[in-house]
Amino acid sequence: MSDYRGIFADGLWNNNVVLTQMLALCPLMAVTTTATNGLGMGLATTGVLLASNLVIASLRDFVAQEVRIPVFVLLIASLVTLADMAINAWLHELYKVLGLFIPLIVVNCCVLGRAESFASRQQVLASAADGLAMGLGYTLALVLIGSCREVLGSATLFAHASLLLGDGFAFLETTLIQDYKGFLLMLLPPGGFLVLGFLLAGKRAMEQAAKRSKVKEEFHCSVQ
Amino acid sequence: MTVLRHWLKPEGRQTLGYHAALLGGVALLVSTAISVADWLTRVDITQRQLEDLQATLQQVVPASYYDNDLVRDTVTINDGGRAVTVYRARRKGQVQAVSYQVTAPGYGSSEMVMIVGVDRNGTLLGVRVISHAETPGLGDKIETSKSDWILGFSGRSLNDPPPDRWGVKKDGGVFDQFTGATITPRGVVKAVKGGLEFFTSHRAMLLDESSGGKG
Repeated sequence: MSDYRGIFADGLWNNNVVLTQMLALCPLMAVTTTATNGLGMGLATTGVLLASNLVIASLRDFVAQEVRIPVFVLLIASLVTLADMAINAWLHELYKVLGLFIPLIVVNCCVLGRAESFASRQQVLASAADGLAMGLGYTLALVLIGSCREVLGSATLFAHASLLLGDGFAFLETTLIQDYKGFLLMLLPPGGFLVLGFLLAGKRAMEQAAKRSKVKEEFHCSVQ
Repeated sequence: MTVLRHWLKPEGRQTLGYHAALLGGVALLVSTAISVADWLTRVDITQRQLEDLQATLQQVVPASYYDNDLVRDTVTINDGGRAVTVYRARRKGQVQAVSYQVTAPGYGSSEMVMIVGVDRNGTLLGVRVISHAETPGLGDKIETSKSDWILGFSGRSLNDPPPDRWGVKKDGGVFDQFTGATITPRGVVKAVKGGLEFFTSHRAMLLDESSGGKG
């Protein structure tokens, strides 16, 4: 049996694509100027990760070790092309927001990374769970960084969310400060690196604090 | 058949033949999938693109100028080796306004693509930027969502302002530049002026009056 709780804990936090593995930073820097863009890119990537893990895990017994990389690349590129066409045809509003970034999913190394390190060795269901968990973890990181950059850079949060998610989500669109002059640096790539750096430092600090309190607890127990 | 049976065993999958067949099979599989998806989505995608184009054209040519389907009423004009597609807005058969793309080099190596609407007298009805890669917060004030700047072209023509004042203020012209960005507005102004000159030199063809006209 696979440990689904462990898979989701890994994907969302312990082994998060961005915050721990430090992968897929290129699309991250490009799209996270707003929380909405981050969410859209994250969900699109999650879809591709889920599909690619499913397909690759189903074919894992037939794929010879020596040619696995070209086979994976071919499958992932095709899945992204399919997603691109489908979104363009049937979710055109979303396509206008994300159009440029969807083909970028091909070069997202975490898709090939999960295919290689998880889906090619594990069962289909577990691989699907891993794709979903890793994708949601990536989405979480994108939305976090996008929110920070958007708030600092243009004092709005989830601007244009209704374009992405439909009019029902217009309530998400918040303007924090009227007539904000903008903090350009945050919208440019350096802002992305700064926010990412602070988030990484924050995560490390939390992990160390958790470790320290655990050590203390164990110490206590042994003394008693 | 023996080959196939051999490939089903793990040791058979070490052979070059199996590798080639595997790659070929996967390639065949994914090309089929993409062909099917293309066939399924082609009509929808074309329709969506047409709607996008219609929405863009409506921004630079007001609806009162035409009663035809201007997306389909096009003429392609060769302008110094460059093919320009011109959309013609007609009312009662007579061309009232035309719309076409102009391009300008932006800041850096990217290109800005704009669409202009010009009425039959050569007056600008509107200019909109379709795509650009200008610096967010500096050069992107050419978008209507960021600033009203681009609306300032409406009502202008080659005589208003006079040709030597068709430039940004820094160059002695009448159009504002942006704080911290001169190259972007300079490029836009130059491209719009070029668009008007294109209208003047191809006027008869654009208005469909080269052979006496339709009326």
